[in-house]
Amino acid sequence: MSDSHNATKSDITLIVNGKSVTVRAFPMERLLDVLRVQVGLTGTKEGCGEGECGSCSVLLNGVLVNSCLIPVLQASSAHITTIEGLATDKHLHALQQAFLDCGGAQCGICTPGMILAAVHLLSKIPEPTIADIRQGLSGNLCRCTGYAQIFEAVADAALRCRQ
Amino acid sequence: EGRDKVTGASRYVDDVELPGMLYGATVRSRIARGKIKAINFDPAVNWDEFVVVTAKDIPGKNCIALIGEDQPCLAQELINHPEEPILLLAHPDRNLLAKALEAVSIEYDPLTPIFTIKDSEKLSEIIWGTDNIFKSYHIEKGDVESAFKNADYIVEAEYTTGAQEQLYIENNGMIAVFDPQQGITVWGSLQCPYYVHKALMELCGLPEDRVRVVQMETGGAFGGKEEYPSMLAAHATLLAIKSRKPVKIVYDRMEDMAATTKRHPSRTRHRTAVSKDGKILGGEIEFTVDGGAYKTLTPVVLSRGALHAGGPYYWPHVRIRAKAVATNAPPHGAFRGFGAPQSLFAMERHMDFIAQTLGISPIEVRRRNFLKPGQTTTTEQVVNEQIDLGKLLDRALELADYRAKKEKFTQGNLGADKKKGIGIAAFLHGAGFTGSGERYLNSLVGVETCADGTARVLVSSTEFGQGTKTVLCQIAAEALGVRYEDVGIAQPDTQKVPNSGPTVASRTIMVVGKLVHSAALAILQTLRSNGLLGEVYSPEEFRAACRQHVAQHGVFRSLARYQQADDISWDEENYRGAAYAAFAWAVYVAEVTVDLTSYNVTVDDFVCLQEVGKVLHPVLAAGQIIGGVAQGIGFALYEKVIWEKGRMKNGQMTNYIIPTSADIPSIRVFFEELGNVHGAFGAKGIGELPMDGPAPAIVNAIINALGISFNSIPLLPEDIFEALAANGLHNTSPTLADSKQ
Repeated sequence: MSDSHNATKSDITLIVNGKSVTVRAFPMERLLDVLRVQVGLTGTKEGCGEGECGSCSVLLNGVLVNSCLIPVLQASSAHITTIEGLATDKHLHALQQAFLDCGGAQCGICTPGMILAAVHLLSKIPEPTIADIRQGLSGNLCRCTGYAQIFEAVADAALRCRQ
Repeated sequence: EGRDKVTGASRYVDDVELPGMLYGATVRSRIARGKIKAINFDPAVNWDEFVVVTAKDIPGKNCIALIGEDQPCLAQELINHPEEPILLLAHPDRNLLAKALEAVSIEYDPLTPIFTIKDSEKLSEIIWGTDNIFKSYHIEKGDVESAFKNADYIVEAEYTTGAQEQLYIENNGMIAVFDPQQGITVWGSLQCPYYVHKALMELCGLPEDRVRVVQMETGGAFGGKEEYPSMLAAHATLLAIKSRKPVKIVYDRMEDMAATTKRHPSRTRHRTAVSKDGKILGGEIEFTVDGGAYKTLTPVVLSRGALHAGGPYYWPHVRIRAKAVATNAPPHGAFRGFGAPQSLFAMERHMDFIAQTLGISPIEVRRRNFLKPGQTTTTEQVVNEQIDLGKLLDRALELADYRAKKEKFTQGNLGADKKKGIGIAAFLHGAGFTGSGERYLNSLVGVETCADGTARVLVSSTEFGQGTKTVLCQIAAEALGVRYEDVGIAQPDTQKVPNSGPTVASRTIMVVGKLVHSAALAILQTLRSNGLLGEVYSPEEFRAACRQHVAQHGVFRSLARYQQADDISWDEENYRGAAYAAFAWAVYVAEVTVDLTSYNVTVDDFVCLQEVGKVLHPVLAAGQIIGGVAQGIGFALYEKVIWEKGRMKNGQMTNYIIPTSADIPSIRVFFEELGNVHGAFGAKGIGELPMDGPAPAIVNAIINALGISFNSIPLLPEDIFEALAANGLHNTSPTLADSKQ
């Protein structure tokens, strides 16, 4: 963080949830902070700040990343999907609905990152086995659910997407 | 509530920015025990930019008022643990705080610290009170000496459990705002608004109407946000008073793990008189916990641990001595189960040990000693519920296919590199506050009619993932005979909701839910007596009646206060009587594989069968059980706090390991429903129960697989490696010694 203060700020353009946003930031600022503070999208959460818990997961050009580990400069011109970018005006994304129906969200703090990890998983493996789901979500920690209802939600959403 | 959680719209404390807000940070001690000699500020920093608060800035009492008042808000002279807060800083730029923290140096006169239960008991240093003991309890039933005289076997062993971090994914955080006229308001991540309220009144010397505590969306708690938020709220408040600006303090993960409370480390000694046919004749149980540096909630944790120490068994004669000792570590505190997972680990390991000593099966030894209706617990509480633990056990064994698996594993393990085992735990968990606790809490809840025709539940009980809001609204809706969407619930705010007590002890649905039910019924009665509602009505008619009532008389608020049932009598002095209004009962079965190459343990299957009264919301109830079991697996196999001179050395998610989605087996949840008169619609407490059983069931399964005993958790691969080495039981795979050569 101290390094970022020695550098100068510059204009960096990100495409967040389909919209182009230009922020003035230190190049080494964490994408997480820029999204939360400058872009005002607080759905992306900080859990550990060291890439272990996955609460800050976002999609960067379709790849699942921990936004606490990404310097904002690295995201320049990239397409970023946050939790706020999943639902349309009226309709929840199939995964969001499935998390609601199956009890996949308890306290909710890991939920945005977990859902994005699941979006990423289903984009790669549309019909995941339970082993695929376990593996695909293993970078996202949840302390409330014991994961079972999250697995159910992902399997349920995969089914809904196919129908 | 759920919708906002899946769209990212839920607002947690760190998501809120107020105009002109400062960020706060804490300068902590870096020694375990000593006296502050001097505080030095590096002149290279422009300190005029910072708000600096010390103990001298505290307007009222320098303490975090809870059960005792021994814990200072900021250390003035004495340091009692290595995370003791000494000084607070605030600045508009949160990035500058880290440097400023480093620019404060503190000189100490060190004193000899105490780090273990054993050293605390030796009294070589007196670090708390006159004897290092925060609290002790003595439970005595019958004539224990006679039991030992008549014993065929006397089975003795010692069991220990380690500290465990709650590891809610949202770190502790708080925002405070001070206004000279209105007083102090705090918004934060917390479980018990009225605990914080009480602490701030003492700290600031303000009357109750000038302290306001509001719970924000809370990202997990598990007990870890029961008491510590009072400390954090106190710190944010002091900075807000001094700066006259809003102040936010949000811990990072390392500070949260190191400085806030964890599960109490424990030691339990069993000495049990047993007849040759496996009946417990009597016994002595000594239960000791490490409380850390200050009293906090330790006496209550100790009490619950002591009251669960005898498990779900009948003890004709028993003596339980429990004590909590001081050490120079940050205070240990509430964590799901609250002392019971510790003493029940010991009890359930000990049952297997008794079985092994006598050469009878772990199943039989439990069956022969289960409590039956009409018998009494260790505190001589008569079991009134028609519980049949033998039947519960049989069903659990059947669901787990226990007998066939046990036989299969015994044969399959011969010469295998991966050994399989199966183990059980039978246990109980008392719901609600202990003894007369609920009477002292004197909880008050409200349900009110709103202008739009809905009803609204008013409680200080908080939601942090358990589904509190959903189930309380469901109870009110059912009582009112309306739809779920016709009922709302107020945000917990001490200015707006009555004190329904803390959100702890598996009491919310059973105790608070019951009061919500009563308050809702009183609304119906009022609407009917005013002629606004008939005997039979539709939800629309109910809404119309509410609207009309509000238009004519204003908002109608119905309040219900806790009333102790007549059959609950408790003798606090002798620790005798009805310890809990109700117990939940359970039998869990764990199946494990121990890999003799990596010494890694995997849990392959987990059956949890429990009797929790009426299950009000099956999805949420199962979610509570599975989540609790996952934490129990962590408690048994992964979660090890490494202490270095009273500090947590591994305060990161990188090196303090909790179960991931790849570590959790299929957890199969089953309910028996007996019903219980105490709770709303017959529901009993459920939240903590699943924390009690996994650790002993898993360790019993590992012992079944390997044939050697383990009496301590967490049980990590290196512990298994060492035990096998010590027993000369390594297979031919390379050992650590080989790899070093």
